[in-house]
Amino acid sequence: MKNHLTYALLMLTMPILLTPFLSTPSIANEFEVSGKIGLEARYFFQQAQFSEQNGQSNLSVFVEPELYWNWNNEDDSLIFKPYLRDDQHDSQRSHGDIRELTWTHVGNDWELRTGINKVYWGVTEFQHLVDVINQTDSVEDIDGEDKLGQQMINLSLVRDWGIVDILVMPGFRERTFAGQKGRLRSGLVVNTSKAEYQASAGQQHVDYALRWTTSIGDFDIGTSYFNGTNRDPLFNVASVFSAQSQQATGLELTPYYVLMEQVSVDIQATLGDWLWKVEGLYRDTNSQNYWASQVGFEYTRVGVFDSAIDIGYLVEYGWDSRGENIAVINQNDVFFGSRIAFNDVQSSEILWGAGVDLDHNAQSIIVEASRRLGDSYKLSLDVRFFNSKNVQDILTQLDQDDHIQLTLERYF
Amino acid sequence: MKCSTNCYQSTVSSTLAIGLSFAVLLMLVTAFPSTAATPEQQGLAISKEAKLRDLGWQDSTAKMLMKLRNKQGQTSIREIKIKSLEVTNDGDKGLTIFNKPRDVKGTAFLSFSHAIGADDQWLYLPALKRVKRISSRNKSGPFMGSEFSFEDLSSFEIPKYTYKYLGDEKTNGLDSFMIEQYPVDKNSGYTRRVVWIDKTEYRTQKIDFYDRKNSLLKTLTYADYQQFLDKYWRPMTMSMVNHQNGKSTELVWTNYKFRVGLSDKDFNKNSLKRAH
Repeated sequence: MKNHLTYALLMLTMPILLTPFLSTPSIANEFEVSGKIGLEARYFFQQAQFSEQNGQSNLSVFVEPELYWNWNNEDDSLIFKPYLRDDQHDSQRSHGDIRELTWTHVGNDWELRTGINKVYWGVTEFQHLVDVINQTDSVEDIDGEDKLGQQMINLSLVRDWGIVDILVMPGFRERTFAGQKGRLRSGLVVNTSKAEYQASAGQQHVDYALRWTTSIGDFDIGTSYFNGTNRDPLFNVASVFSAQSQQATGLELTPYYVLMEQVSVDIQATLGDWLWKVEGLYRDTNSQNYWASQVGFEYTRVGVFDSAIDIGYLVEYGWDSRGENIAVINQNDVFFGSRIAFNDVQSSEILWGAGVDLDHNAQSIIVEASRRLGDSYKLSLDVRFFNSKNVQDILTQLDQDDHIQLTLERYF
Repeated sequence: MKCSTNCYQSTVSSTLAIGLSFAVLLMLVTAFPSTAATPEQQGLAISKEAKLRDLGWQDSTAKMLMKLRNKQGQTSIREIKIKSLEVTNDGDKGLTIFNKPRDVKGTAFLSFSHAIGADDQWLYLPALKRVKRISSRNKSGPFMGSEFSFEDLSSFEIPKYTYKYLGDEKTNGLDSFMIEQYPVDKNSGYTRRVVWIDKTEYRTQKIDFYDRKNSLLKTLTYADYQQFLDKYWRPMTMSMVNHQNGKSTELVWTNYKFRVGLSDKDFNKNSLKRAH
């Protein structure tokens, strides 16, 4: 932990030390340092389901500075955004990543982004089905919204009929998984050091993708093609051997990443107070081909009860052609929830949502509330409940991981 | 910014353009204030002329400091950068980039405003790197917790209101026209606005806003006008006071630059994502 903190401090102070050199007009017209540092506390309402997991409370600190330069009248820019988390109990959750390290050059009707970057595809809220460029940093949170930086060259062409993105991705990022002592994991621990690949080049396989997006009237449309290593791993069960005796002492999961081809669409219609959303994909891999979709709407009532408060209602449905088969989470699931925006000086907001699995008796509930404190602090409260007694359902493994999480972030 | 009309359009176009101002071209009207025209015709003629006079600014960038003050006098700051592109025969395009408060730094808002019909608006959320098309229906909601609503900050377009010339009155020490404006859009938070426009330069000096119950809700006062390109007037300070909740918001504009060479390529989803 100390080492990590020293590293974090270094990262924070380095840009400040470098500022006099970088701000010379001939090198950079503009240089900016910003970012956040945070403290997170989790409390689990129940004892752990699996014996090696830690107790009911956990503390974690994280830092994410951002260094930004631009020159050439903003036609060239460089962004560097490292990330570091130090976790009290889970050695796998203590980790660092370069979220972004990208040079962007803007031409007249094109843009070239080179380096480590993050790309978001999609329109729905409860599941990010077609968002397949960046690997999920799943030790951060289980909502799939935290991503690892992906090395890429991204040429973006701006035309009257839309924007075309061509992405070439040399190198693959493995998904992160909670370690032995971590909560919010499967019964068998995932050993990421034994990951295997279908591609002969393994992690060095070059992936590529194409995307076209456009806005036609009230419709925003995206169509994408991806060819490369599937970000979602399959798992093999393997024996764990003791280092001394060479005897099998238990079992673990090892990730297996196959190649895939995928086509997808994501469409949003913005019609007055209603947002209608569709995401759909067809994925082709060696072992299976399948269709999946997430469809729904968001309806917002503004200024309810003569106040400044807006209330949005969200309903979505997730379907997967693989059905109850294997580890598919959203094969026939309904999601509903609402978002309350207070529109006050502190930007207070509450979002809650529930997911119901129509095939298995399983439900999950999330509550996310946040509020700014003063000008540079933000306090967030997250609550998650899981209920699943059916061993056919993957959610069963989180059945005892209901928790409340308080996060205080300082922005600079 | 005073430019009222133009300014806004120009500036942030729809986005945040603070466009409230209106005004300006009343001159002609002044010259013949009471010929045969009805008060409605006079109000419309003045507004049209004001709009005409602010045409041709092409594009602009500016920084806006928003100072929010509550009843107890506690203040909170928002720092915003605005890029605007004049669009002939439609509403303007605007890109609004947040710098403070720090937790929303990098959040950006792209808007294509339309003279008639709903504006097209996209929001960029930097944490997820997600561009989200949003509903432009929420015109009456507060902008970033301030006393300005989204519609207060959007560009002025003639078809958005119907008009009535109320008479003359001295405001901010200047002889001014008083014009009443009735929003056409049923989603507006106001029944009417009363706008004071000075007779010498046709700049908006003050606006009174009346809520849906027709009670006086807010007063916006314009100050420190500066002229750009020898033609376009912009107020450097705009103060909004809410009479019903005792809160106020002051906007201070700096770094105004016109004709910096912005074009459509600076107002698309790519430019939204790299906004800084």
